Amino acid sequence: MTKSIISFVAVLLIILLLGYIALYGLDLGFYEFSKISDEENGIRRGLDLVGGSTITFEAQVEGDISAEELAKNMNVVKQILTQRLTYLGYSESLIYLVGDRRITVEIPSIQDPEEAVQKLGSTAQLEFKDYDGNIVMVGSDIKKATAAFGPIDSTNISQNYVEIELKTEAIKKFAEATKAAAQRAAEGENIIYISLDGNNVSTPSVGAEFAETGINSEKIQIIGSFTAESAGWLANIISSGQLPFSLREIEMRSVGPVLGDRALETSLLAGMIGIILVCIFMIVIYRLPGLVADFALLFYITLVLVLLSAFKVNLSLPGIAGIILSIGMAVDANVVIFERIREELRNGKTIKSAISAGFNRAFTAVLDSNVTTFIAALVLYIFGTGQIVGFAITLGIGIIVSMFTAVTVTHFLLNRLVDFKITNTKLYGI
Amino acid sequence: MYNKIKFDIVKRFNLFAIISLVLIAVGLISLILLPFGVNLFNLDIEFAGGTSMNVAIHTQATQEVTQSISAKIKDLTGTSATVQSTGDGTEIIIKSTELTSEQRQSIFEALKEEYSLTNEDLLKTDNVSSVVGQDFKRSAFLSCIIAAALMLLYITIRFEFKSGLSAVICLIHDILVMLSVYVILQIPLNLTFVAAALTIFGYSINASIITFDRIRENNKAAGREAFENVVEKSIWQTVSRSINTTLTTLFTVIMLLILGVQSLKDFAIPLMIGMLSGTYSSVFLAGPLWVKFKGKPKKA
Repeated sequence: MTKSIISFVAVLLIILLLGYIALYGLDLGFYEFSKISDEENGIRRGLDLVGGSTITFEAQVEGDISAEELAKNMNVVKQILTQRLTYLGYSESLIYLVGDRRITVEIPSIQDPEEAVQKLGSTAQLEFKDYDGNIVMVGSDIKKATAAFGPIDSTNISQNYVEIELKTEAIKKFAEATKAAAQRAAEGENIIYISLDGNNVSTPSVGAEFAETGINSEKIQIIGSFTAESAGWLANIISSGQLPFSLREIEMRSVGPVLGDRALETSLLAGMIGIILVCIFMIVIYRLPGLVADFALLFYITLVLVLLSAFKVNLSLPGIAGIILSIGMAVDANVVIFERIREELRNGKTIKSAISAGFNRAFTAVLDSNVTTFIAALVLYIFGTGQIVGFAITLGIGIIVSMFTAVTVTHFLLNRLVDFKITNTKLYGI
Repeated sequence: MYNKIKFDIVKRFNLFAIISLVLIAVGLISLILLPFGVNLFNLDIEFAGGTSMNVAIHTQATQEVTQSISAKIKDLTGTSATVQSTGDGTEIIIKSTELTSEQRQSIFEALKEEYSLTNEDLLKTDNVSSVVGQDFKRSAFLSCIIAAALMLLYITIRFEFKSGLSAVICLIHDILVMLSVYVILQIPLNLTFVAAALTIFGYSINASIITFDRIRENNKAAGREAFENVVEKSIWQTVSRSINTTLTTLFTVIMLLILGVQSLKDFAIPLMIGMLSGTYSSVFLAGPLWVKFKGKPKKA
């Protein structure tokens, strides 16, 4: 009897402990559980909950290209996009290749998704043009471009600038163009446009002092009111401007922060009310066993939350739907078992043997039905795309965990109740 | 607790089958009669390709407002878009064929100016090209077929082929009912539907299995009793379970329907229909079908 009380209370304490870990986290010294609301190490929220964009580009491959060459070039694309993301200020982004010619970028907390789509996907046809729009130099004439900081002009004040290194064969070409430009300084037409896909990204002017010689050197500097960021952006455009392929946006999903917040709040509320309704229903219909099933359900919910956090599952909105759905399904096993127990009681069995028979006979049904739902979740996980995968993951985890809590935990607690000699059949819903 | 209202289920199989067939037929006929234009199944942008934007305009989106926005979009992009009010009526959802990033930007800039919005008022943008739409369609179709095949296989192993067949027929029934309701209510078909459909795959089979499990058990002890009677008895023994689990799951789904954001509502509706249909088919169709396939009662 004492032993039974201790083990009954122990299970309740485990539920409380799991709940505590979920809410506040726990440091075991060798392993630390983070609280689930922790943004860094808790349950990771998907872009549809925090707001953000997922953009997929497809490389427009022209002509025949070997798989090897394609893979190599896609990696170049990935590097360039990674740099562009950094320069756009989206350092938290994720970038990965999908299939052989697609690349997906995930950007959290983005202000202007369309700007990102355009800047990331731009082919960057880089051209240097004179005032009349004649092309004087193109991207392939440039060896590299870097952003730098230091005293560069007569003022001797440190400032941000961009340094371009030209290929040898381009030096003469550029010298002539700048010479011509410098001679038009009086009219204010001494400009060399740097244009990307036809849009001017920078309009530096050539000083009148170059009217005789032009800018005739391997290294040239662009000075202006640059910030470190804008200088970096321009240098990046110039140096890595040319993508090996042109990119086409084939999918874009963007959720603003307002909708993300609202989605999280409302689904949490829906989940909570749903849980309360299920708990009340179980007590009303199944009485004492119903209460025990509610404990098992709490065990289930806290365990799932801790697992999601520990395995760093990325929780999206469909993922939350999967969890909320699995709550209803988690008690399914209990309903099957309790119905069976009731039947056995009606057939005149004692509480103890009815419980034992109920679990034994209902187990195959519970197992079979969970396996089939798991098959569905598995198929969704393997063949599903995008958001559906998140749903499949939480549904799958939910099924496995609920099998354990609904069968093992409930059985254990009910047996302890029998030890307590609670044998009034009214309490078992008869 | 529900057995007080006892009536013959197996004997009335024809009646229940007709109810189902009528519902599905209504769906299919609506599919032909309703004005869907070129887009027969009313495919959402995820399958057909296209752009969808949700914008909070902070103004009651009356028909006048949505029409003027639609006209403006036509001016800006040369594409006709449908504009509908959504949420509490001060939000709009714009749907059109695929737009470029520049076009989407110009639409939002125009709305921003007209209704003095900030960037945050662009609640959601989805753009799916037809290439990706094709991929989605293929993977959705593939996953449904594979899931059904695996379920059939599993039940055949655990029970017998004829019961597996009955369960899978119930499953197809449930999906068709979901589709019919979609067609009748004119809800666009999208990936959410596929997720809901596959959940119902698991759920529907799950419900049939509980009944089959009892049939299997009772049949072992049945002796000379006709299979038909065993099935009838088993259905009634499991009926309260079928109803009670549907209720518990419905509680959570209905909460999503009432409180959830639009995308969760879109998920909850087919799920709810599928669950009701799944419960119906597992009680009224699954067992009787197994009896039909088994043919004349023999000694078990």
